Amino acid sequence: MDTAQGNLTLGPILFHWSAETKRDFYLKIADESPINTVYLGEVVCSKRSPFMMPYYAEVTDRLTRAGKKVVFSSLAEIMTPRERKMTEALCHDEKYEVEANDTSAIYHLRKKPHRIGQYCNVYNEETLRYLALNGAHHVVLPAELPRNTIYIMGKAAKTLDVSLEVQVSGRVGLALSARCYHARSYGRVKDNCQYVCEHDPDGMPLKTLTDQSFLCINGIQTMSYGYLNLLPQIPELMEMGITNFRISPHSLHTDTIIETAHSILHGRITGEQATLIIQSLLGDVPCFNGFYSHAAGYEWRNHTHALSR
Amino acid sequence: MNINTQHKPELVCPAGTPASLRTAVDSGADTVYCGFQNATNARNFPGLNFTPAELEESIAYAHAHKAQVLVALNTFPPAGQFPLWANAVDLAYNLGADAIIVADIGVALYAKNKHSDLRLHLSVQAGAPSIEAIKFYCEEFDVKRVVLPRILTITEIKSLKQEIPCEIECFIFGNHGLMAEGRCSLTNYATGLSTNMDGICSPANFVSYQVDANRNLRTELNRFTIDSFSCSQNPGYPTICKGRYTVAHRDDPYYAFEEPLSLNLASLLPELIAAGVDAFKIEGRQRSKAYIQSVVSSWRKAIDSVLEGGSVNMDHLLSLTEGHKQTLGAYETKRWR
Repeated sequence: MDTAQGNLTLGPILFHWSAETKRDFYLKIADESPINTVYLGEVVCSKRSPFMMPYYAEVTDRLTRAGKKVVFSSLAEIMTPRERKMTEALCHDEKYEVEANDTSAIYHLRKKPHRIGQYCNVYNEETLRYLALNGAHHVVLPAELPRNTIYIMGKAAKTLDVSLEVQVSGRVGLALSARCYHARSYGRVKDNCQYVCEHDPDGMPLKTLTDQSFLCINGIQTMSYGYLNLLPQIPELMEMGITNFRISPHSLHTDTIIETAHSILHGRITGEQATLIIQSLLGDVPCFNGFYSHAAGYEWRNHTHALSR
Repeated sequence: MNINTQHKPELVCPAGTPASLRTAVDSGADTVYCGFQNATNARNFPGLNFTPAELEESIAYAHAHKAQVLVALNTFPPAGQFPLWANAVDLAYNLGADAIIVADIGVALYAKNKHSDLRLHLSVQAGAPSIEAIKFYCEEFDVKRVVLPRILTITEIKSLKQEIPCEIECFIFGNHGLMAEGRCSLTNYATGLSTNMDGICSPANFVSYQVDANRNLRTELNRFTIDSFSCSQNPGYPTICKGRYTVAHRDDPYYAFEEPLSLNLASLLPELIAAGVDAFKIEGRQRSKAYIQSVVSSWRKAIDSVLEGGSVNMDHLLSLTEGHKQTLGAYETKRWR
């Protein structure tokens, strides 16, 4: 159950890790982590999906026994007959709740309780109201929403009895394509990709011609190079009625980031302390919070209470 | 269950200004699409688009020449700003637009509830490439036509057409975006302006051109370098998904997403008609009157020729692609992906 206390959620693993690595990662989450909700399932590329299938029974069992809520996230882009079948089967599974990341999943989930993921475009209270009447009781807001918009969505969500979730940590998905840019970088195409995305457990950094770190490639997804850090904003987001805070998993330091978020949530450390911890983990990779401040997304702004929009 | 595919497909043309609208109509457009001068449409560029009075006159002109006018309201209103979009829907309806092109669920619902006789088209910005996604919008909001994302092959379009209860509109010519439309916040990440909310991709006021020590011209978006050109090259406009970048495992910079190509489906036109595409869309509301005149009249001839069993001769369209190479994009083969 969502409470006024605030929940920490673990977003779906967006990268192509080996199934064994994923299993071990989730078992550790089950055993050691203060995470409340875990989103499983492949969101980025349907070709990666089969590998994890043999392990879901064990992983969901362990997570559930550890008291974690388990939700399955649907694919963010659905085109082929196989992807359509996968999505339909997922949405008709009665055991676990589903997070829709594409309108075709919403089509199958109509009139039954479900969640809406961050790859669906929920920008305003009218869309939120429609989705709530349609069965959505939990919505993850798009990462590019500024503070003022989140504030209004928070007020609307309360009247609709919908819980809202905001991503607070990790690289952010900025774009999706039908083309696999990982495969392209190796002179291949999606159909014969040979799973080259497995070389980059946190995405493949793209630099500009003047050597600026800019973006990251993750298969058909283009992501930020920097890591989102809204941990300092968690108390403020809670005041706005946001109840769930998503940590997007990475291959390193996810456990420490979860602990840091947990400390913020319980008032044990300040936002400044949290940022110092996160930045020391990331080394040269920058933190950003620009979207929240209604600045360029990549920017880091020191926290201000001024309404920006 | 399906509408008749034997009818003549519609040629849908862009208009950034009243003058280009008249030009498009005079050049043979069956339908023209345009937008208001604000964030309610995805080409919210300075100097483009229509005031309500201009739209009213333009609709009268189009209707007098048996052409239709579609109003694009295809961005996503951020919470708190919904009235701007609602007013635009009312305005388009009251001015007699033949349909509005929407992307946001809230906007679609508002239009359906407020004006039950207003025809709705689903914008490419809604990102609906699958049977279920399209059926969702048809069943929930009574959408009459879907503009397909530029990511499907003709084979896929053909099978889609058999399964959905609405018309299909496809892009055939113009700028070739690489990202799934309506799902891209790259511009916002680099500049703070959102394609989805502000209707802007790669805003001109963030674009700069720098000459480096080797006398190459470097294009930048905000502080990020997008590409570099020698003095003999025609520098492209800096769009993130058309830039050159480096990655650790390659020696040289490369177009990580796509080379700067223009979409031109002239050679696939007979197949697209046979696949049951109801309307062909030309991209480019930001284009000049001369460009509109040339492109629209060429496509008018091409479509009429194919329908009469003739062939397509589109050589002179090549000169309008700004030195860009042409592509058939995703339409021809899955190997594009």
